[in-house]
Amino acid sequence: MITAERKPFEEILKLVEGQQKVLVAGCDTCVAVCLTGGEKEAEILATELRIKAKEEGREVQIEHTAAIRQCEWEYLDAIAPKVNEYPVVLSMACGIGIQSMAEKFADKLVLPAVNTNMLGMPQEHAVWYERCGACGDCVLGDTGGICPVVRCSKSLMNGPCGGSHGGKCEVTTPEKEEIDCAWQLIHDKLYAQGREDLLLKYTPPKDWSKSSAGGPRKMVKEEAKPV
Amino acid sequence: MADEPTVQAAEPAAQAQAAAQSEAGDEPTPVRPIDPNFEPEIIVFACHYCAYAAADLAGSMRLQYPTNIRMIKLPCTGKLEVIHLLKALEAGADGVYAAGCMEGECHYLKGNLWARKRVDYAKTLLAEMGMEPERIDMFNMSSAMGPRFAEVATEFTERIKRLGPNPVKRANTEGQSA
Repeated sequence: MITAERKPFEEILKLVEGQQKVLVAGCDTCVAVCLTGGEKEAEILATELRIKAKEEGREVQIEHTAAIRQCEWEYLDAIAPKVNEYPVVLSMACGIGIQSMAEKFADKLVLPAVNTNMLGMPQEHAVWYERCGACGDCVLGDTGGICPVVRCSKSLMNGPCGGSHGGKCEVTTPEKEEIDCAWQLIHDKLYAQGREDLLLKYTPPKDWSKSSAGGPRKMVKEEAKPV
Repeated sequence: MADEPTVQAAEPAAQAQAAAQSEAGDEPTPVRPIDPNFEPEIIVFACHYCAYAAADLAGSMRLQYPTNIRMIKLPCTGKLEVIHLLKALEAGADGVYAAGCMEGECHYLKGNLWARKRVDYAKTLLAEMGMEPERIDMFNMSSAMGPRFAEVATEFTERIKRLGPNPVKRANTEGQSA
């Protein structure tokens, strides 16, 4: 799913500085599942902003709402009456939802309350790991279902490199936690499957034009377009 | 608010007391002057299986504890959400605490451990809002701990008295009078 993290409260305060009427808009799909921007979290942020304003003796009108999905027009229609009461919307959706909101309600000041960070998988409750880079040219079939694009620190297509030691990458996370070497995982998995010959297969340089390097991407499903 | 005039009248005395303390130089000057007439409003989210029963026991034992606390019974402190703590403070409570079972003895196995995490998280939210995190806390007790219930109520009330009124309360009362 798409994951996001709430921006620091200080940063959010700066974004809405001087605004009296603010609607905090959550999104009840991906960001709700990653416990960052659903209706529950939107209510918490709205309450925090009201408390802060009261502490400082400022008169504000801050409420919260949530769309089932902020990235689709139909669901934005459902919250339009509420949105139209406010000049400023603080969106807790992913970057797609925030942009949809800004496009749909062009006269509103739409601000982001979260940082969208990755396509992640909840490996355990409340812990997400990046699993997909949306590169537009999936290689998982040849790599035992382990993505070298995002799980290898160098995005190597023909790994491992010399920085793999005891199954761990030479790079650590910003929290100094060790990272599994993706190519060690691929190696082990392919051996377990009896497909180790794939390790000898040369993979040519990746065509990044199919990823975001090729400019904004567009997808059309002709067969599904309305008639 | 019936006690509002009393609180205002007591302010000069409290300021004098604070000034005397800072002159003495032994103790740090409190952020807000301590008002001897300040009676905090404290919300207690109490678990049905332990703290609520402990309160009952404290009553049966005729134990004295401050009348500042207002109890809200929960089926388990695991039901407590961060928003409940924030809403209480937004509504003007001066302090809020959760009272759950002893760790490892939750009727629903881990409800009190979840509550502890949520309370800790709510404290971080308070800190970033510029409010004292000590206004929120969590305590553990069993249903047989009536004296402990009274002790916690007394200690927490004293703590909130030292912190002074919830800063949002002023805005709330102004809103009501306007």
